[in-house]
Amino acid sequence: MDFAHLIEIPKIDSVILHRQLKKPIYGTLCLTFSHIIVSERNKSESDDEKGNSEELWLLHQSIDSIEKKPYLVNSQLMNVPGKGHNIILKLKDLRIVTLEIPQAQDYLAVSASIEQLSSLKDPKTLYAFYYRPIYHLYLENGFNIFRPEIEFSKLIASDEWRISTVNESYDVCQSYSSKLIVPKCITDEQLIQSSQFRDLGRFPIISYRHENGAVLMKSSQPNPNSTKRCKADEALLNCLLNKNQKGFIIDTTGGKNKWTGENEQHYSLWKKFIRPIGNFAHPSGFLDCFSKLIEACNDTGSSTEKWLSRLESSGWLTLVLNSLNTACIVAQCMAQEGSSVLVHGGQGMDSTLIVTSLVQIILNPDSRTVRGLQALIDREWIQAGHPFGTRHAQSCYSSSQQRAKSSGASFVLFLDCVYQLYQQFPLSFEFDPHILIILFEHSYFSQYGTFIVDNEMERVELMAFTKTTSLWSHLNRPDIITNLLNSAYEPNQSIIWPSVAPVSLVLWSDLYLRFVVENNQIKKIKQHVESMISSEKELRSRVLRLRKQLSDLKKEYDELQVDQKIYNNDNSNNPLFNGAN
Amino acid sequence: MNRISDYTDIEDNANCSDFKQNFDLVSPEEIQYYSELLTQDFEELNRKSCIFGLPFPQKIVDLRKWIEENLHPQLQLHENIPTFFHNILVLRKVENVRMIDRYNSKNSIVGTLYLTATHLIFVDPEANKETWILHMHIANIEKQPLSTTGSPLLIRCKTFLSVTFVIAKERECHDVYTTLIKLCQPVNIQNLYCFQYTSSSEELSKSAGWDFFKLENEYKRMKVPNDYWQLTTMNKNYELCDTYPSQIYIPTTVDKTVLLGSSRFRSKGRLPALTYLHPNKASICRCSQPLSGFSARCVEDEQMLQEIRKTNPNSNILYVVDTRPRINAMANRAAGKGYENELFYENTKFHFLGIENIHTMRASLQKLIETCEQKSMSGFLSALESSGWLKHIRSMLDTSYFIANAVYKGISVVVHCSDPFYRTIKGFQSLIEKDWLSFGHKFSERCGHLQTDPKEISPIFTQFLESVWQIMQQRVDAFEFNERFLLILHDHVMSCQFGTFIGNCEKDRIDLKLSEKTFSLWGYMANHMNEYLNPIYKPGEVDDIIVPNLAPQCIKYWRGMYSRFESGVHPREDLSDLLLANKEHCSSLDDHVQHLTKRIGNLKNLISKSAKKLQANSATLLQNATGKNSTDNKFNYDNKKLSELQSADHDHPLKLNDNNYSFSNLSVSDCNTAEIDQITSEINSVALDWKSLRSANACSCSTPFSQEMKKTHCWRCGEIFCTRCIDKSIPLPGQHSQKPRPVCRTCFKLVTTVSP
Repeated sequence: MDFAHLIEIPKIDSVILHRQLKKPIYGTLCLTFSHIIVSERNKSESDDEKGNSEELWLLHQSIDSIEKKPYLVNSQLMNVPGKGHNIILKLKDLRIVTLEIPQAQDYLAVSASIEQLSSLKDPKTLYAFYYRPIYHLYLENGFNIFRPEIEFSKLIASDEWRISTVNESYDVCQSYSSKLIVPKCITDEQLIQSSQFRDLGRFPIISYRHENGAVLMKSSQPNPNSTKRCKADEALLNCLLNKNQKGFIIDTTGGKNKWTGENEQHYSLWKKFIRPIGNFAHPSGFLDCFSKLIEACNDTGSSTEKWLSRLESSGWLTLVLNSLNTACIVAQCMAQEGSSVLVHGGQGMDSTLIVTSLVQIILNPDSRTVRGLQALIDREWIQAGHPFGTRHAQSCYSSSQQRAKSSGASFVLFLDCVYQLYQQFPLSFEFDPHILIILFEHSYFSQYGTFIVDNEMERVELMAFTKTTSLWSHLNRPDIITNLLNSAYEPNQSIIWPSVAPVSLVLWSDLYLRFVVENNQIKKIKQHVESMISSEKELRSRVLRLRKQLSDLKKEYDELQVDQKIYNNDNSNNPLFNGAN
Repeated sequence: MNRISDYTDIEDNANCSDFKQNFDLVSPEEIQYYSELLTQDFEELNRKSCIFGLPFPQKIVDLRKWIEENLHPQLQLHENIPTFFHNILVLRKVENVRMIDRYNSKNSIVGTLYLTATHLIFVDPEANKETWILHMHIANIEKQPLSTTGSPLLIRCKTFLSVTFVIAKERECHDVYTTLIKLCQPVNIQNLYCFQYTSSSEELSKSAGWDFFKLENEYKRMKVPNDYWQLTTMNKNYELCDTYPSQIYIPTTVDKTVLLGSSRFRSKGRLPALTYLHPNKASICRCSQPLSGFSARCVEDEQMLQEIRKTNPNSNILYVVDTRPRINAMANRAAGKGYENELFYENTKFHFLGIENIHTMRASLQKLIETCEQKSMSGFLSALESSGWLKHIRSMLDTSYFIANAVYKGISVVVHCSDPFYRTIKGFQSLIEKDWLSFGHKFSERCGHLQTDPKEISPIFTQFLESVWQIMQQRVDAFEFNERFLLILHDHVMSCQFGTFIGNCEKDRIDLKLSEKTFSLWGYMANHMNEYLNPIYKPGEVDDIIVPNLAPQCIKYWRGMYSRFESGVHPREDLSDLLLANKEHCSSLDDHVQHLTKRIGNLKNLISKSAKKLQANSATLLQNATGKNSTDNKFNYDNKKLSELQSADHDHPLKLNDNNYSFSNLSVSDCNTAEIDQITSEINSVALDWKSLRSANACSCSTPFSQEMKKTHCWRCGEIFCTRCIDKSIPLPGQHSQKPRPVCRTCFKLVTTVSP
């Protein structure tokens, strides 16, 4: 595709880039179709050779908002030495940078180009389609490793579940994937009927089966327009229950939503609980909270009272608390009552997914591993059709008036909850919490195709599976993955019940404050912990080696002693020997 | 089905009752000893040497009298058959008491309440859990309105524990209430817990710790006295200022009249005196507010400050930091106190910093404690906000940083410190000794040790500890000590178990003869040092000055302090505990490696020796024994190995005695044999693997482990025990250093029987 006409000026000298917590870069600005590049002017050649000169690459797709602050005299742009024109770029990774450009016409050209390049809507222009990784050889293709037939292979092998291709052409449900795992006793025809009963066709599908047989399902809410009863939907749910068993329906939407729930008469085997996570009419409610939170976090000059009151009024930590609380209730239903649970709320693309994925982290030790986390996100978010493209088109720096109702931040909320669990069980996770920050960034903008667009149907249309690289392929490279491991990990097979008391929750400062508050101790501590744990292992194996050596020597010595005794005995009977002494 | 509509903590639903005062529990051996004694002749023994089942020194007979006089109606010692709990005489035993924890009010436990002379003990028979509350820790007791189940008694502790006991009979509740009121705040300082406390389970002598920190050593470390600073003898008998130490350091150029004048001009005679001298010659002095009223001035005081300014040749300016907000200082003028008039002091800059007074702080902490009871996130946050506590902590840090930064830049300040030494355990202890104990802090009043004006109680020391904690959060690797260290310190300032924090200044402590009559906390802490170490402390990599980030986002709520007893709310796994255990395990293994290496060397040596002997002997034998053949094939087999061993032997210049076989040789080899026989037991004496902390649910004594309980590994078997069960240390045969190591009782017996 040709972007040349969008770049009004490809290169400007002597710009200044101001950054948070770091020294400004004085240098050259280059605009490419994908990136804004600012490279430090080389003070001397030796600096360059040492690699001292800094370079900053920003993806256009990472820009959340652009603020222009030209230097005006009588509302005219003026070129005054020392007074540059500023373009403030607020990025989706929470960074804020300012480009200071001395010349007015350069400033106008650059700001127009960046505005155009960062607002391209066509998914074909996404950088992921242009990125060619330096490493062509990946051990595995991340797009294939978490396919449902692999993830649910145990279930398929049992008599109760099968793979259905009813959604092969995505016309039963656009946001579900083509292959779905469904109960064997339910026909494809019943699935279609159930999909017609539910909003956006998102009929109940499996999320997780606990070891005691309790099944976790997710769906959207019944379609508000269809007031009729749907027997297929009832059958689909009832076949999950054993005799005399009750199931639970957890509704995660708030009271503001005028959805019609399931009619209790028709779902007599199911007990319903309403556990709203946020009281939002639209997914953008999550983003509103997130935005207020980040705004408060960025204001480091305020008083303690003001900070606390803004933190409180953002409501973000309340969302975290509610999410964990609801997930715990579901986990409790499953692990302790042994009951199957259906979670739904609205379209079943946001709060529903937060709950179903958190339940798995609490209950299933596998999902606390690096690969397990990847699989969980792939299954519960990507394959289940969380519309990353739409939700993450805007982030916290977008102006609240222009925010689309379909924008959101539920994935960030999920990551935050995982972070909270990690805080309470720092030894039970195979991954280091830094991986959560990586996932946060890639879910907004990425050279990899894992989080792009909204669902499998769109990815297939764009041929994303062949034209882009999977983030998982990248993360699972041995040299990358070793840095994402938690050295203090001790596999924990039990359920991790977290505390949901307000005092137990912490602000995820490693993410939210990372460009605001300098914190260089995380890395240091990590290295320290790593070296302590490896030295324990080393010492242990050294002790083992030495013990073996010692016992070998002891054996040898004992043999010698025996020899000597035999010898002595021989000699004591030998008059000649005695005489010699 | 209702129960699942609310998520409550499932794992510890019997939580909250598992905190213990581990420091004064009696070991089983002692229990046995005393119970034997007691059953023999309780009456007689009780009169002579036991009080409530605990032995006590003769000199505190008056305390016993006091308790008997004050509590006689309740006590009825001689009428009733006494009951015991852990062989401590129980003043009152109340059955069917319901304990409600403040966070989980739905979860109540029914058990028995024992009231002893020193503790209130609640026993949950089902979970085998005991809650011990030291009377000295009780901050206030509140009788709440009668409910259907009985009369509730809310007890709030200075350690931030808050529990409600519901006692079925109103009269019993009242009895417990009145007894506790009397016991928790003695009128007389002689009745404080430290005068009765006798270390039971520890090998701790009374003298230990009292001489750990000497004021003059601390000044010597700062290279004082020197050309600019000298020791004055004017306060030898506390004439100048009775709340200061007898040794105070002042500028060399100051004479008597100036000192006297300045001292008279300052509230309580607390004249400016040196507390810290930075290597760059900038100093920190401290003093009280001047008695300036609205207009008074004092030439001597002005001169004093000028001389202090001159001690620092690198700077022309002196900062005087008034830690109060300006408005408070102005208000104090009406009381004849106030602040220095800037006009009278040359080259001096005055700064007012907004640290609020003790009353504001007390009220603020009260509100903070109540925030923990909030169950919704927004309720918690807004309560946290309205308590204002974090604001106060921030302003405290702000002030400290202002001063530290000034000193760092070389400007002297009259009034805490940027010295890396103070971030070590020893350094921190000596800092407290110097700035809090020697220079006087009204511990008795601020902590409410004795019955005093409740308005004098204020959490100043707590705030100091929290400020340190906040800095620790930002620079974990800069501190030698950990959070537990701060908590223990806090609790013992309140407990009065040790004499260290009794009295308000050096003079008080000498008058009370504390060093003879009581134990020192420093001595106790020295015995438990390994529990207080920060595993990721890196002394080499830390800068001289820590620049704390004072953005409001960085000041956090100290859950480990204020929500300490809500055991459900803390992280379920603790990385620092893991690392602490890791560190100890490493040093155990390392010591073992050294021992093994030594043994291997010895054994190699021995083998080559005896092999040579054999060789030599067989040679002699062959020479001497004509016609006699050595028939043993083993010799040939061994010869092969011998050559290898001989080469290994080159390192040892020990020459074999040529005079072949002799008795002396035999005895040497016998002795070595004994050593060699021990190899297996030596190897077995050091645990290769330590049990993982997560898998430890209960100690072998069936005490369930809770989050905050210290879990100690036995270095011999690697199992985990509670502090009560692992009270012995002994050198392990498999370790080179032969330092005493913590072992469990079983292992202790094994080690002692093997090596008599």
